[in-house]
Amino acid sequence: MKTVLEILKEIRPEFDFATSQDFISDSMLDSFDMVTLVSALDKNYGISIDGTDIVPENFQNVETITALIRKCGVQA
Amino acid sequence: MNFKFNRKKVSGTLIVVPANEKSFVEEMKNYNFPEARSLKLKEVMGYNKRRMVAGDVCVSDLAVFGLEKLFERKLLSREEIDALLVVTQTGDYLMPPTSNIVQGRLGLKRDMLCLDINQACAGFVLGLIQAFMLLEQESVHKVVLINADILSRKASAQDRNIYPLIGDAAAISVIERGDADQPIYANVKMDGSQFAALVIPAGGLRLPCSAETARLEDVGDGNRRSKDHLFMDGSTIFNFVQTEVPPLINELLATAGASADSIDYFACHQPNRFMLQKLADKMKIPHARMPNNVVENFGNTSGATIPMALALNFADQIRQKPLRLCLAGFGAGLTWAAMLLNLGPLQFCEMIDYP
Repeated sequence: MKTVLEILKEIRPEFDFATSQDFISDSMLDSFDMVTLVSALDKNYGISIDGTDIVPENFQNVETITALIRKCGVQA
Repeated sequence: MNFKFNRKKVSGTLIVVPANEKSFVEEMKNYNFPEARSLKLKEVMGYNKRRMVAGDVCVSDLAVFGLEKLFERKLLSREEIDALLVVTQTGDYLMPPTSNIVQGRLGLKRDMLCLDINQACAGFVLGLIQAFMLLEQESVHKVVLINADILSRKASAQDRNIYPLIGDAAAISVIERGDADQPIYANVKMDGSQFAALVIPAGGLRLPCSAETARLEDVGDGNRRSKDHLFMDGSTIFNFVQTEVPPLINELLATAGASADSIDYFACHQPNRFMLQKLADKMKIPHARMPNNVVENFGNTSGATIPMALALNFADQIRQKPLRLCLAGFGAGLTWAAMLLNLGPLQFCEMIDYP
């Protein structure tokens, strides 16, 4: 199973996600990237992230993304 | 707002799609966006191929073409059309109504009602409601409902948010009185305070078209569009659908005393594959019971998507027997509307190419 960081790297390989605390403000993820990321997280962890949770606040950094997948029952 | 109708039926639906097919892969170069990211989006959103008019084709052209086919095949006659409803956001003119233009071009009788309804993605459900209300009148026996939009002519080819998903089509449905005792239930909601989330800013009297409104502007993420073009705040619309549509449908089912399990299919408007899969997951409905394949084959065709989903997925079934369906449309306005009904057996349910 891939880590959140590995999935982010696949989506935007040009960025170092480990060094940013705000992917949105730092223009590392746009709305389409969030959609691609949700799809990848769903497949990777066998979950379905709730559509109403697909908001920028939940994709600011690795911690918020991890919290989102934990909400779906993933032990991450 | 709840509606309930008795003894009404849809007797057939014919969808007219432009023969001109566009491929997402071929169009990727138009977008200021790396190919690898575009291909990922293709997979997630269902971007693949879509149909767009070529040249200056208008809504009335698609509508007249389809209706003439129905006349030729004797599935409908000119004389029996008592009302013609055209649901569109892209009429031939600001004035007069496109429905009058269709009536005139086809030589329909003068003793009839022509009515345009300015609605989009919720327009099939709203059009059916209007048709059912008209059929309460003794003088109205048959209503033709046309859901048609040519939004490709209002979308910027350099706007990745809109252009890859837009398709053009006209769905022509015939509605009349039925014998079945099973009531039809509908639920409609509106929120005009959020109108700017899905808008063509210029072209009306608020902001007439000009050289200034036609100027392409950088609008972020490498996208370019003008104020003459269709704008969609994708995040707002996505969250609106995920937040508002499930309670709308649940409320409808509760009003009708029906369970989700009793519904054969949930035929929803088709914005993109991802949004529909998320909607189905949220409602705990298996993806197979909420079709999401119209965008990948034809594009998002506004108010025509629900009849297209029926024709694409269930044409054979629905010509032979009734299906218990929950329809749901959502979009510009903002407007969201759902309907629970038995649909079928339909006299006709198919797609044809224009020209």
